[in-house]
Amino acid sequence: MSALIEIIIFSAAAAGALAGGVGVVASAQPVRSALSLLLVLGSLAVMYLLLAAPFVATLQVIIYAGAIVVLFLFVIMLLHARSGEERPSKLRGQRVAAFVLSAAFYAAILAVLRTVRSAPVSTIGSEFGSAQFVGGALFTTYVLPFELASMVLIVGIIAAVVIGRPFVR
Amino acid sequence: MSVPIPYYLALSALLFTMGVVGVLVRRNALVIFMSIELMLNSVNLTFVAFARQFGTVEGQVMVFFVMVIAAVEVVVGLSIIIAIFRTRDTMDIDDVDLLRG
Repeated sequence: MSALIEIIIFSAAAAGALAGGVGVVASAQPVRSALSLLLVLGSLAVMYLLLAAPFVATLQVIIYAGAIVVLFLFVIMLLHARSGEERPSKLRGQRVAAFVLSAAFYAAILAVLRTVRSAPVSTIGSEFGSAQFVGGALFTTYVLPFELASMVLIVGIIAAVVIGRPFVR
Repeated sequence: MSVPIPYYLALSALLFTMGVVGVLVRRNALVIFMSIELMLNSVNLTFVAFARQFGTVEGQVMVFFVMVIAAVEVVVGLSIIIAIFRTRDTMDIDDVDLLRG
């Protein structure tokens, strides 16, 4: 891939991710927040492709865009939430303090990024990031965490069923 | 790699900061939840960027686990939000302050 095309794709994906991030935080209606989140997730999937991680990009689309955002949309529709109109906050100056502290946080991260000399980017083979490549590590070195993750999933399913049962007094 | 890795890291930091702002400023529980997802995703981007920089698989494996935990977190969190909405008929976190001293 030529350098210019890569830069163009990165810029477009970055713009999409940032626009989506603003949309998630600033949208008045939760539905728009959810769709903005979808934009962020799609843009990040493109970035994963640029970073030689096609398997992660696929997972991103299937799990995040396919399952999690749909779940959010289901809940929004279920609660038919017009809860966009937020009342004024009980805490005075919370909004200003939040923006100032977040800006300071970002400035701190950028300062670290500027001072640290980054290591050279290593050369990788063509199979890097493929399902076979990641799956090989997942089923050999990291097989125990993998099994634990499946247990966490089952616990989550049971928890959702238990919490979602009809309320009995 | 014509786009340097620090660019990805700066973008990831900006996305994370947006998520922090969302959690701090918004009071709709669903939007706060989506902001948390935003933060998780920005960290995933950092993992993948470092995996590319060092040429190791560990970063991408970690992203896999983050996604699993995020899915479980969304399922449990949304069912809690639905349960709260059923009993208290609100999604504003300022209305759910029974633990307040």
